[in-house]
Amino acid sequence: MARAQSPRRTALMTLAAWSVALIIFFPVLWMILTSFKTEVSAVAMPPEFLSADWTLDNYVEVWARSDYPRFFWNSVVISVGSTLLGLVIAVPAAWAMAFVPGKKTKDLLMWMLSTKMMPAVAVMIPLYLLFLKLGLIDTKIGLVIALMLMNLPIIIWMLYTYFKEIPAEILEAARMDGAGLWNEIVHVLTPMALPGIASTMLLNVILAWNEAFWTIILTTTKAAPLSAFIASFSAPQGLFYAKLSAASAMAIMPILILGWFSQKQLVRGLTFGAVK
Amino acid sequence: MSTHSSRLAARLMVAPSVALLLVWMIVPLAMTLYYSFRLYRLISPERAGWTGFTNYVWFFQSPDFWLAMLNTLALVGGVLVITVVLGILIALLIDQPVKGQGVLRILVIAPFFVMPPVAASILENLFMHPQNGLFAAVSMGLGTQPILFLQDYPMWSVIGIVSWEWLPFSTLILLTALQSLSSEQLEAAEMDGAGAFSRFRYIILPHATRAITVVILIQTIFLLGIFGEIYTTTQGGPGSASTTLPYLIFKQAIVAKDIGRAAAGGIIAVILANIVAYFLMRGIGRHLDA
Amino acid sequence: MGKIELTKVRKSFGEVDVIPGIDLVIEDGEFVVFVGPSGCGKSTLLRLIAGLEDTTSGTIEIDGKDATALPPAKRGLAMVFQSYALYPHMTVRKNIAFPLKMAGMEAAEQAKRIERAASVLNLTAYLDRRPGQLSGGQRQRVAIGRAIVREPAAFLFDEPLSNLDAALRVGMRQEISELHQSLKTTMIYVTHDQVEAMTMADKIVVLNAGRIEQVGAPLELYHTPKNIFVAGFIGSPRMNLITGNEAAKHNAHTIGIRPEHITVGDGPWEGVVGLSEHLGSDSFIKVDVAGLGTLNVRGTGELNVHHGDRIKLAPAGKIHRFDANGLAI
Repeated sequence: MARAQSPRRTALMTLAAWSVALIIFFPVLWMILTSFKTEVSAVAMPPEFLSADWTLDNYVEVWARSDYPRFFWNSVVISVGSTLLGLVIAVPAAWAMAFVPGKKTKDLLMWMLSTKMMPAVAVMIPLYLLFLKLGLIDTKIGLVIALMLMNLPIIIWMLYTYFKEIPAEILEAARMDGAGLWNEIVHVLTPMALPGIASTMLLNVILAWNEAFWTIILTTTKAAPLSAFIASFSAPQGLFYAKLSAASAMAIMPILILGWFSQKQLVRGLTFGAVK
Repeated sequence: MSTHSSRLAARLMVAPSVALLLVWMIVPLAMTLYYSFRLYRLISPERAGWTGFTNYVWFFQSPDFWLAMLNTLALVGGVLVITVVLGILIALLIDQPVKGQGVLRILVIAPFFVMPPVAASILENLFMHPQNGLFAAVSMGLGTQPILFLQDYPMWSVIGIVSWEWLPFSTLILLTALQSLSSEQLEAAEMDGAGAFSRFRYIILPHATRAITVVILIQTIFLLGIFGEIYTTTQGGPGSASTTLPYLIFKQAIVAKDIGRAAAGGIIAVILANIVAYFLMRGIGRHLDA
Repeated sequence: MGKIELTKVRKSFGEVDVIPGIDLVIEDGEFVVFVGPSGCGKSTLLRLIAGLEDTTSGTIEIDGKDATALPPAKRGLAMVFQSYALYPHMTVRKNIAFPLKMAGMEAAEQAKRIERAASVLNLTAYLDRRPGQLSGGQRQRVAIGRAIVREPAAFLFDEPLSNLDAALRVGMRQEISELHQSLKTTMIYVTHDQVEAMTMADKIVVLNAGRIEQVGAPLELYHTPKNIFVAGFIGSPRMNLITGNEAAKHNAHTIGIRPEHITVGDGPWEGVVGLSEHLGSDSFIKVDVAGLGTLNVRGTGELNVHHGDRIKLAPAGKIHRFDANGLAI
């Protein structure tokens, strides 16, 4: 609504909106603050704010642990790896469904969607036992495969909605210009679909990084990513509050930053294109 | 453009995805079904054998099962109500001409990107902890006893944590829907004499209904599988007070190491999920961009 | 070089026979226009010739060779799409070069052809811009340029002017006609606008519900339409069609007379003027004539008649006669 409203109303609304936003954001903020306090300061009652002792020690100590960098790296490998693998399989499928739709295409898409709705616990046992037999427990590759399969429906759906936005006439023009399937994909489709592919990658890296079921069940120590690490070690015997906060802050920071840039992709990806 | 050659190519290109998803779904599901009818405990694997519906019966006779169903319902229902109602209100608020909308959105969205173990861990330790948490500090400041969140209200604590995580999602979706409402429609309504509340009721709310439906349906999919938060904080306890159906199955498999029972639980979960999915597809299928 | 022959070409989508069966010969160098109302199958026919759709049955021959099973790239045809279908991420130069690149042409030869096409179409100044930075007319020209460089056996145009505004349309229409004069390549042009058809075509194919109603030179269709559909479709404003007693007087079920072939003044038809439109150069009036219905009349210059006037009309041109099946007698 473009009309001017009274300055008082604007001020009131702004105050209300900011209050709500800060309340929602507060746990993240408090965590970041705590991560810079000394342990003593962190558990002080009543909680210290301006009078706290500030330090960078927590970050140094957490990172210097022999395993934290490894967990961080595992998260990177697993989330990026599963997304890339998913893309390789999903791009051709989404292409086919977007540009050569058949009578069954819509049903196929719905079915793919429905696989996402299957409870993970239903397949947990056979997959666990299968992974055990194949020696894939506690391996990065095992987790890459598992997470790729978890996210494949979302990747296909997102790519499908982006591909549908490419005018079919342009691809027909490429066909008339003599481009075979390969040339069409390389010279025309991919450049035009690149923003959509990037958005899909972004969202799925985020989803894989934050995944907290398979990453916990299928790993023990070597391949555990950050989600498993934090889940197992959150009992305060392992880490004190300040260090816990530092470890947590480092675990979420990459995704927080990526996430701030990917709001649009989030809406499209997680609503399966229903809201854009 | 569908010529013979492109149709064949298309089928080949879809094949790997279909094959993988089929294998991911059908094969393990079949195995789970198989296990559910067998007596199979990892601690005594030599005693494996056919046991019919025993495992299923155990579930239906177990008070833990019914408690888990209740908890699952409470979790999904509670989070949905909280996130949708608050989501609409916050979206309406942010949609106003307020200063710094960009930063506001970033602040409100942040919790969604915090991984579940971290969200749970932070809220549990820094806020809900009865000695060192901020809520305890508030209680002491007010002169009351600190609330033992995880002890006395485990399920509500989990609901609270998950609501905090998912509020941004519903707010963002609803905000997007609100902002896609053409201002011309609202202006026309104003010229037709509709006041602010009427405009909300007759124009904004119907427009947002589609987004609300999508939010409810999508969140239900994800909420039925909530795991990390429970694992990190209460481990389903005290006792089974905060155990949901997925967590119950997890406990049977990993803690009790009773594969047969856990498999039966898995099948029950699938049946329930299919029922929910049926209604989901009816609702969401209409709205999707296929 | 660009002779195209369609024999019993049929196209159905599932149960629906969009094109029941078409026989058509397009001679080398002809400018053929497929014209007809929306949904008549003209675009489908064009796409069948292009190879973007498979025929259900029938054959398509290009220069004597059976092209029915050939993919679009191998038919040696170039198409200009309604939405131009330019590659948005490539410069104009790269857009025009694309088909040559796909054909594996050497860079030097590519450059030569691009320069030539660009100069013919006045695009030389825009070669390094992207489509997003061009106007509608310029994009149109790039699309044509992309087709020209391939030196195809025939050009296929799919309603290329419908996305342009009126003034631009007239100019581009003439440019395309001039292009045809200079290149002398076969051109197949699809439009729903009968003015474009009349002004540009050597031969017009009038289509209706997937069937050919009539094929002929523009003026042939104007003077001797074979049936009521063609008579009503060609010519603007529409031919007046009269049934009943007046038609019986001429030994026909229906008679037709064009608005421009009726004079105002003295004559056998008396009526009251309804709507009248005065453009200065022409006047269009609707007259309610007892026993005949409402007639559209066109007069050159200014006609001094207005709403409510009683006037007399006389036929002053050919009276077309049609039988009960709508066929010309």
